[in-house]
Amino acid sequence: MIRTLAKQVKEYRNASIATPLFMLLEVLMETMIPFLMASIIDNGVNTGDIGHIYRVGGLMIVCALIGLAGGMLGGRFGAKASAGLAKNLRASMFEHIQSFSFSNIDKFSPAGLVTRLTTDVTNIQNAYQMILKMAMRAPASIICALVMAFMINARLASIYLVAALILGTALIFLVKHATRYFQQVFPKYDDLNASIEENVSAIRVVKAYVREDHETKKLNRASENIYKLFVKAEHNVIINGPLMQFTVYCCIILISWIGAKMIVASSLSTGELMSLLTYCMNILSSLMMLSMIFVMISMSMASAQRICEVLNEEPELANPEHPVMEVVDGSIRFEHVNFSYHKGSQEHVLTDICLDIHSGETIGIIGGTGSAKTSLVNLISRLYDVSDGAVRVGGTDVRDYDMEVLRNQVAVVLQKNVLFSGSIYENLRWGNKEATEEECQEACRLACADDFIRSFPDGYNTHIEQGGSNVSGGQKQRLCIARALLKNPKILILDDSTSAVDTATDAKIRRAFREDIPNTTKLIIAQRISSVQDADRIIVMEEGRINGFGTHEELLASNEIYREVYESQTNGGGDFDEKAGD
Amino acid sequence: MPGPGQGTPRGVKSNVQNPGKLLARLMGYIFRDYKFHCIAVFILICFSVLANVQGTLFMKNLIDDYITPFLLTDNPDFGPLARAISRVACFYAVGVVSGYLYNRIMVTVSQGTLKHLRDDLFSHMETLPIKYFDTHAHGDIMSVYTNDIDTLRQMISQSIPQIINAAFTIVSVFISMLILSIPLTLVTLVMVCVMLYCTKKSTSLSGKYFMEQQRNLGIVNGYIEEMMKGQKVVKVFCHEEESIEKFSELNEALRDSADKANTYSSFLGPINAQLGNVSYVICAIVGGILALNGVGGFTLGGLASFLTFNKSFSMPINQVSQQFNSIIMAMAGADRIFRLMDEKPETDDGYVTLVDAKEVGGKLTESEARTGRWAWKHTHQADGSVDYKELTGDIVFDGVDFGYTDDKIVLHDIKLYATPGQKIAFVGSTGAGKTTITNLINRFYDIQDGKIRYDGININKIKKADLRRSLGIVLQDTHLFTGTVSENIRFGKLDATDEEVVAAAKLANADGFIRRLPQGYDTMLTGDGANLSQGQRQLLAIARAAIADPPVLILDEATSSIDTRTERIVQEGMDHLMAGRTTFVIAHRLSTVRNSDCIMVLEQGRIIERGTHDQLIEEKGRYYQLYTGNAIGA
Repeated sequence: MIRTLAKQVKEYRNASIATPLFMLLEVLMETMIPFLMASIIDNGVNTGDIGHIYRVGGLMIVCALIGLAGGMLGGRFGAKASAGLAKNLRASMFEHIQSFSFSNIDKFSPAGLVTRLTTDVTNIQNAYQMILKMAMRAPASIICALVMAFMINARLASIYLVAALILGTALIFLVKHATRYFQQVFPKYDDLNASIEENVSAIRVVKAYVREDHETKKLNRASENIYKLFVKAEHNVIINGPLMQFTVYCCIILISWIGAKMIVASSLSTGELMSLLTYCMNILSSLMMLSMIFVMISMSMASAQRICEVLNEEPELANPEHPVMEVVDGSIRFEHVNFSYHKGSQEHVLTDICLDIHSGETIGIIGGTGSAKTSLVNLISRLYDVSDGAVRVGGTDVRDYDMEVLRNQVAVVLQKNVLFSGSIYENLRWGNKEATEEECQEACRLACADDFIRSFPDGYNTHIEQGGSNVSGGQKQRLCIARALLKNPKILILDDSTSAVDTATDAKIRRAFREDIPNTTKLIIAQRISSVQDADRIIVMEEGRINGFGTHEELLASNEIYREVYESQTNGGGDFDEKAGD
Repeated sequence: MPGPGQGTPRGVKSNVQNPGKLLARLMGYIFRDYKFHCIAVFILICFSVLANVQGTLFMKNLIDDYITPFLLTDNPDFGPLARAISRVACFYAVGVVSGYLYNRIMVTVSQGTLKHLRDDLFSHMETLPIKYFDTHAHGDIMSVYTNDIDTLRQMISQSIPQIINAAFTIVSVFISMLILSIPLTLVTLVMVCVMLYCTKKSTSLSGKYFMEQQRNLGIVNGYIEEMMKGQKVVKVFCHEEESIEKFSELNEALRDSADKANTYSSFLGPINAQLGNVSYVICAIVGGILALNGVGGFTLGGLASFLTFNKSFSMPINQVSQQFNSIIMAMAGADRIFRLMDEKPETDDGYVTLVDAKEVGGKLTESEARTGRWAWKHTHQADGSVDYKELTGDIVFDGVDFGYTDDKIVLHDIKLYATPGQKIAFVGSTGAGKTTITNLINRFYDIQDGKIRYDGININKIKKADLRRSLGIVLQDTHLFTGTVSENIRFGKLDATDEEVVAAAKLANADGFIRRLPQGYDTMLTGDGANLSQGQRQLLAIARAAIADPPVLILDEATSSIDTRTERIVQEGMDHLMAGRTTFVIAHRLSTVRNSDCIMVLEQGRIIERGTHDQLIEEKGRYYQLYTGNAIGA
């Protein structure tokens, strides 16, 4: 895990190396000072040599200045390295997510990914900065202080060594214990935020059912749980400080007692005793730092793990080694295709699908809720890979194409579609970056979106809010169709993309397809018979299998499901705005 | 449907207007629930600091009162020293124990306060009007719960105790220093002033960049959120490179401000630390000269203690100055938290309530038990007398005007009469105002002009909760909650039995697919029912409304994503559900609309036609055009 993160340091390696070195400089200077201090007292004060006090005092100021430079430069490079690592982590994750296939995307929730890219990265950034600055500084400071202490008096200094060892062991034990709780609490914390988010977006439902109190109680229970876990975890962490104090106080007492005896026995000077006590403080604060680092590391471990989960997620679909770069035509062939969303699962979503669709044909797909219509078309642009069999587009297995080439030729208008914040033009140009304004408007005319766009005060420059929340469902669908048309694809797939469009407009869109893009293969998933009945052929799906495939008349004569659907919609059951029974 | 003009620009964070007041409010908040805890922490910190100071003072005594005299005698008696050391050991022990205790209590206080904040925020949020959610980006609301509360945690659990601790230390050390030597104290004070000046400079510099960093973080957050939600669309359009490109720009801006903010704030530590060292050196020199000349009885031991105090004096100042930035950031967070808490809740002046009713001797009265009949309990404000009026579902709109904002009216002069048991349908193109009308009945929004009467009562007089309880709504966008399938259905009636849940599911024809789910009714739904198809989600939403068994139903495109074969079966259940209830229907489908008692044709916020299906066909107006498909180009 550490290695995965370390790889992301990249161009900030030098800064990462420089930081601890400068910190080391600061530590060296800091250690010098008490040493010089003792010299002032022993050789200056005790001998009455004011000149010595000035000389050593001046040296101390120089040391302080060097220490200052070291500290500031260390801080500068530490900030640079950590902000840089954070940037690289975000960039790598974002880029990696872009390479995810649909099945990878299904694994992560959008909210979870947002947290990983923001809060988790910030945690790592802070921890990294701390580590760079302190991980070297604190042990170095301890070692320096110990060395100096040993130089002054080995017997007394060995007390520190023992204390440091005991303390270190206790720290490791505590941190391990606390980490366990933190790892429990963070996922729970995510769940809590997820349920808050749910309430924000479903506020209308909550209010319509007057369930404000119910939801509040639910949240109180969850937050109570988290509260308890956090308290447990932190109770472990807070032992740190007092434990440290305890150890240091023990040292002070021991050294005072033994030191006093040694001074009496003339094997120690008062100045030396004072220096020893100062080093004791140095060791104390360094150990404090170390324990803080440990806590930070243990808290950021959970974040690191979640970042690595993203970075180490293998994109399930990859380009072949020698990809085919051209799609010949818009013909589609399914050869005994089985498909399931989970690898190795015996329960197929699609079972033994065989289809042969010619280039330029218009195919309607109809079937009940959950009959796997969407799963079927998702295989064509290789959003998922088949479990068995093969899907061929233009005679070539979709797995042999360069994915970008394939997806540019197979345009899908998804069922759950999204517009992005930006002008209408910007949204349309997702389909084709270089599209001129005329081309954009032409696509919108085909998708029957031109009229309503022109009715907006700002026309095509109207700003679309995040998620397209300022246009109606039907308008959104038509914009999404126009966006797909701009790709000028060989195959166009509409996955229930006109459900919120009224029947008359729906018919107009289909007519435009027929007349203006006759060579594009069109697959239309729909609920309404009227949306598919003028298609060349119609597929009837039922529980993951093809139940019927033929023209409207053929199916009406031979397919029971189709007839039933047809009757349900025409016999006084269709859309109010379509020609009934026609 | 969301109103116009929603969505404040992301990431624009306000500057804190009055940090002092905000801090006081926050402290008040902490104090409200943890008065005794806070007092205990205060006292314990006091103990811990005093113990520490005692320990430091001991070093002076060690050299002056024990070691120096020892050197003068030939056969020193270590007894008094042993006693002094054990006394100090006791002080230390008190210090350690109180240190542990106050830390432990602080955990409860800080985590508890966060919990209360979160709970209060949430319960307050639930009371806010729909308009609030229309006009605030969901990401911004969420960021209050996550980022802002997180920064507060930092502050409450670390900064506040550290500041209290530091304040005590500074005061007690200062007094001790004064006792030891006044001139040296002055020297120290001068250095402290220099330190404070540097702190102010550095903090204002880094503070500026910290704010910028937060703003950039907000922008990056918003961009990521949008892209992650539309990731599948990105894939389908091979738009990966463009989205990476845009992200790199935002990411670099964030890096730059984080780099600057952290650089400037990291200067503070070494500067103050070295200033502390300089202060130490100066004190050593001045003190050395004083001690050598024996000015004012200043001794070597006194110098040793003073130097330790010097360090204990600059250390807390250094620590507190390091906290400034986190306090500024926490205050910005607190500002947003309290602003959400200060947001005005939905007003509810209604006093007419909904009660179970029974008939006693031909008169309607209140019933304790569920009777299947409801009545409006009307308490007259003038004399306190109580009237009961049976809930029948008679709804009248009288000249209603409505706009999401006052200057833009979207519904004009809506008049409609729905008598009990009638089925009223709204048809018209998208954006004509169909959904808006239904949102007025349950008072998601308040009307600008005109009156809406429910069983003859102005709906403004009815308590909102009771009004909404009497209305069952299936919305166009179905929302499900994390939880099991049966929990989701039970949302409509919390005390429903398992049998009732299954019955409601059967009514909505959802029973079949639910049983095919891996764990049936106990299958967990997550992420707004992401593992279900749109149609299945709608079936669950219908079941949820069915179990609530409300006298009035509002169905807003409730079956738009259900295939027609299934719909026909659902329709039977729906018909059953609608029987005897006033129902408002918005739908595309003829089957749902045709047998309505009255069909309203809406266009641009006005009812342009009304009547039964046959009447409207006869009229050959807009409805006829829509119906016959001749509306193309109209």
